[in-house]
Amino acid sequence: MKRSKIALLIALALLALFPLVGATFYTELVTKVMILAIFALSLDLLVGYTGLVSFGHAAYFGVGAYALALLAPKYEAANLWLTLGAAIGIAGLAALLVGMFVVRVKGIYFIMVTLAFAQMFYFVFHDTKFGRGSDGISMNFKPEATIGGVNLFDLGNPTHVYYLVLVALLAVFLFLRALLRSPFGRALQGIRSNEHRMRSLGYPVYRYKLASFAIAGALAGFAGYLSAMQFGFANPELLSWHQSGNVLLMLILGGIGSLYGAVIGAFAFVALQELYSYVTTHWQLLLGATIIALVIFLPGGLASVMGRFKRTLVGEPEDE
Amino acid sequence: MSDAILATTDLSRRFGGLMAVASVAIELHRGKLHAVLGPNGAGKTTLINLLSGDLPSSRGSIRYKGDDITRLSPDRRSRIGIGRSYQKTNIFQAFTAFENCRLAAQSRAPRPLAIATDALRHTPVCDAARKALAAAGLAERGEWIASTLSHGEQRQLEIAMVLATAPEVLLLDEPLAGMGAEEARRMVELLKKITPEHAILLVEHDMDAVFAVADVITVMVNGQVLESGEPAQIRASPAVRAAYLGEDAGAGDLTERGSRA
Repeated sequence: MKRSKIALLIALALLALFPLVGATFYTELVTKVMILAIFALSLDLLVGYTGLVSFGHAAYFGVGAYALALLAPKYEAANLWLTLGAAIGIAGLAALLVGMFVVRVKGIYFIMVTLAFAQMFYFVFHDTKFGRGSDGISMNFKPEATIGGVNLFDLGNPTHVYYLVLVALLAVFLFLRALLRSPFGRALQGIRSNEHRMRSLGYPVYRYKLASFAIAGALAGFAGYLSAMQFGFANPELLSWHQSGNVLLMLILGGIGSLYGAVIGAFAFVALQELYSYVTTHWQLLLGATIIALVIFLPGGLASVMGRFKRTLVGEPEDE
Repeated sequence: MSDAILATTDLSRRFGGLMAVASVAIELHRGKLHAVLGPNGAGKTTLINLLSGDLPSSRGSIRYKGDDITRLSPDRRSRIGIGRSYQKTNIFQAFTAFENCRLAAQSRAPRPLAIATDALRHTPVCDAARKALAAAGLAERGEWIASTLSHGEQRQLEIAMVLATAPEVLLLDEPLAGMGAEEARRMVELLKKITPEHAILLVEHDMDAVFAVADVITVMVNGQVLESGEPAQIRASPAVRAAYLGEDAGAGDLTERGSRA
């Protein structure tokens, strides 16, 4: 068995066993981190594999969260499957519409235009009756996961939520891994490497980038839905540019262009946040310093540590 | 406008006050290698860029198999069978030579919706990639990362990638640039081998190579066609000699004086 597969299975086993030993507080914290990991994975498809550095990815996270909050009936529980499908679809559609404009531009312009669209989304929810202002929307009931009248699990129970999110994370991870090996995913990586040549080889580059942007948006919406499901509310802060920046930092921490890196980055980001805020109220200063140090000394992110260690010790060539 | 597969009429491109390509009419025929010669700045690369769609034309038209393709995007032109290589090596540096060609071959069978399949298991595309590598003399280099190949091999890879897209028309921009003698000789062999199945436009400074492979030669100066005809005719042309060797050119043979510019 390949080493990466063993690492994946060990990580999975640790995550699966965690609620048995961790206190509820930590179960909920790790649930939150796994949701952020899905969010980071969705952005990695754009930044790490398509070469599109989006600085407005929180918009689709927020749209997914608001989709649940707005679709949930006031006096009864929402159907998990229906609202989840709708949230992913709406977030994907929003990304498709925005993508039609933004994937036409490149580099710094792409960064600025994605940010501008995200700010528009933010103010739509912040300043209109539709989004109920800065307090957002709280839900009275958790969604119900019923199939044929049978309730499969109880989303009021943090352990059940934990396992649902763990399965979601694994599903998104495996989906992206398959996608990146498919002809479509390989073409995206070609675009990241040399867009001009891809066009001259006959690829309709615009459509590929647009599809990537929409898929990334749909997956971010998935993460946003799970977040609203866990905490029972959606507010405009979910779409703020801080969120877009944080998820980029997670990728930088973990290693851009590595699916493991996205997950590791989400865990590292929250761990550092918790650790530093325990030490000082100015935790952002320490976090910033850490990220600067990392970019200088470990440009491949935390996911590259193993490879680097191996190379230093036995001089093995760098592998994928 | 007889049986030309690709033909231009009055094709022009202006950069500010400069006519980089001025009213060029050129025809490419299947099985013929058409070389374009000219000093630096003559508009040879611009001509290729116009034909491949990398640059829009300012005036004139391009017809491919009878259809007007003047406004077609570069990717559409590639898909209908017009492939090009670049003067400055333009490959996927971080990918293996095989993956470079596989991506090129995949463009003919893109299957973007087959997201559950591993692209490396799609045999027709992989076979086409291997065939193209072998044709360009890189069969042994498939697993090498493109950036680690020698300059000459990168030029060969450049050609292998175009071949992998199974084009009918090949636009080759200085494939011999910077190659050693042995590599250049192999490339000339390759050009001879692929000419029967393709219509080729070759821009090249290496006179020996051009006169060895060309069926038709067009000489461009200042964006305009100075002379066009069979190699013997070009070699004998006083206008071409004057342009290449200066006003009072003697009887010096073009192939001796002008090679390896």
